[in-house]
Amino acid sequence: MDNNITDRMEKVPYRNLPSKWSLVLFVFLLAFSVSQHTHAYTTVLPTVAVDTANGEALFKANCAACHKLYKKATGPALFEVGDKYDRDWLYKWVKNSQELVKAGDPIAVKIFEENNKSVMTAFPTLSNEDVDDIIAYTYTKKKTPVIVEAPTGAGDGGGGMSNNIILGILALVFAMLVIALFAVNKTLRRFADAQGVEIEEKEETKPIWRAFLENQFLVLVTAILLLLTAGYFAYGWMSQVGVDQGYAPVQPIHYSHRIHAGTNQIDCNYCHSSARKSKTSGIPSLNVCMNCHKSISEVAEATQLEGQNEHGVDYNAEIQKLYKAVGWDEATQAYTGETEAVEWVRIHNLPDFAYFNHSQHVTVAGVECQTCHGPVEEMEIMEQHAPLTMGWCINCHRETNVNVADNEYYEKIHAELAKKYGKDKITAAEMGGLECGKCHY
Amino acid sequence: MKYIVKIVVVLIAGVAMVSCAEKGKPNYQYMPNMYEPVGYETYGNYEVFPGQMEAMLPAEGSIPRGWQPYEYDNTNEGRDLAKAELKNPLPVTQANLDNGKKMYDIYCALCHGGQGAGQGILVKNEKILGIPSYADPGRVINDGGIYHVQMYGLNSMGSYASQTNEEERWQITMHVMNLKAALEGTPALEIVPEPEIAEGHHEEESGAEDHGNDDHDTQEDH
Repeated sequence: MDNNITDRMEKVPYRNLPSKWSLVLFVFLLAFSVSQHTHAYTTVLPTVAVDTANGEALFKANCAACHKLYKKATGPALFEVGDKYDRDWLYKWVKNSQELVKAGDPIAVKIFEENNKSVMTAFPTLSNEDVDDIIAYTYTKKKTPVIVEAPTGAGDGGGGMSNNIILGILALVFAMLVIALFAVNKTLRRFADAQGVEIEEKEETKPIWRAFLENQFLVLVTAILLLLTAGYFAYGWMSQVGVDQGYAPVQPIHYSHRIHAGTNQIDCNYCHSSARKSKTSGIPSLNVCMNCHKSISEVAEATQLEGQNEHGVDYNAEIQKLYKAVGWDEATQAYTGETEAVEWVRIHNLPDFAYFNHSQHVTVAGVECQTCHGPVEEMEIMEQHAPLTMGWCINCHRETNVNVADNEYYEKIHAELAKKYGKDKITAAEMGGLECGKCHY
Repeated sequence: MKYIVKIVVVLIAGVAMVSCAEKGKPNYQYMPNMYEPVGYETYGNYEVFPGQMEAMLPAEGSIPRGWQPYEYDNTNEGRDLAKAELKNPLPVTQANLDNGKKMYDIYCALCHGGQGAGQGILVKNEKILGIPSYADPGRVINDGGIYHVQMYGLNSMGSYASQTNEEERWQITMHVMNLKAALEGTPALEIVPEPEIAEGHHEEESGAEDHGNDDHDTQEDH
């Protein structure tokens, strides 16, 4: 909490900027960006009207997989691309770039070589007007984050501060009350002294503990009660030895399951693909991260702010950690070959004497990951949800019906067991899920 | 004064008890030698390994069980060749299509969308943009091409060879061809009748016993 406040304190200098100044700055920026747009329209396209909104839609639908505006991706950055190449040449390139490369066009060959010989898909369906719109869109200026960031940060800061202030005031009031009480007591005594009123001292009686000790029945009952309570707490304490429920270690790269599995609904099996077919649900290797993070090199601005304000994490810095570990060079969009190991901390770990197989539960039984791992899609920091004790396993085996429908493997055994137990549904326990040798051998 | 001392003692004890329940460290164990394996444990930390990490890349030249060599290079030429030559070796069965859909929904639908129109959740959330539809006229999408791209990745798309096996990739390919057909409005792949395949024998028998399972429906289809 304190950390967050100091963070914000450092960020607010923009707030002190005189409002006049910021207005001037804003107008200046606005004028500048407008002039840029008109510049694009007038110099490049003197007569044709362009539709930047259409350009944006087309860009996002067709180009954005490989091109970013201000940063090289699979293809080069496209900001102000209309100034770099001849317009007619661009039409040809977009519609079929490979034709140009094969024809030996020097510019085309150069671009092809510069971008790791990635073939740009042909877009024969885009008309010249569409391409014009897209090019007009590429003149969109990069938003300056300052304008967005300052007010939101300050607003959030206000909320956090006020809570603290209320708590502080409450503590202060409480302390003052205590002091007042002492003062009143003291003053009253002083009055009593001054007026000669004698405060009655209590008569010396048998202290209560002596009375208690002399009553053997009470002592006995108390002793039994004490023993029982101690036993209860000792049992509770001993039961948690070796249980890691709630274990949430700090990982070398801050990975938010909340964002990946929650907001973006990525299936657990996407990254933990070995859960489907092996004993261990593996910690994914970094190439799996790169499937998406090749394109996503920074998070959305709102996500970044949320991370900084609510969780104290700089998500963009965490993505950079990934790039460093996997040896990805953003500038050249290629792997450097210099990799570093990421020492993830394993959270769920059964003792050696217990056998557990993921594929048996995930693929065969069709158990949801969340049944054992809890609401992972809400966890910013991954933690162990279940106690993973034997009692917990057994309980689930007793309660869960085996899904035998459409599974001929179970056909015969199901028929026999149904006859034996005289019921339709069979739990895992009734199929032998409680036998010692199933998990301990 | 005595009371104050007592209160402080209780407070300190309370703080000490709470602070022991730390989330960042694993709990202590009764008899660690019962918990910790003699062999090397998955993701364990052992001095014999480089960087003390059990998790390592497979030794060079090692081949996973069931692995088949893939003979096309990760180049534009290799992709063209795969497009021209490679055909899906799996028969078009309901089981293959079902698993293809399941795998597609896990690995591909995030970007390509459940219908293959390029409108997956990551596209809708504007995390990854510009995903083309399978019906895009500028692209030649066929069996070999789909498999090749899953194997090596293409441009911004990464390789999925580490997350899926050969059979699953071909099942996904089959499903994608069906999605493409649906988008283009052409007929879907024709499902090979189950009894014609060697594995289909049990299902014919079980279907006759009327267990109300899926085989029964497919029986009625042909």
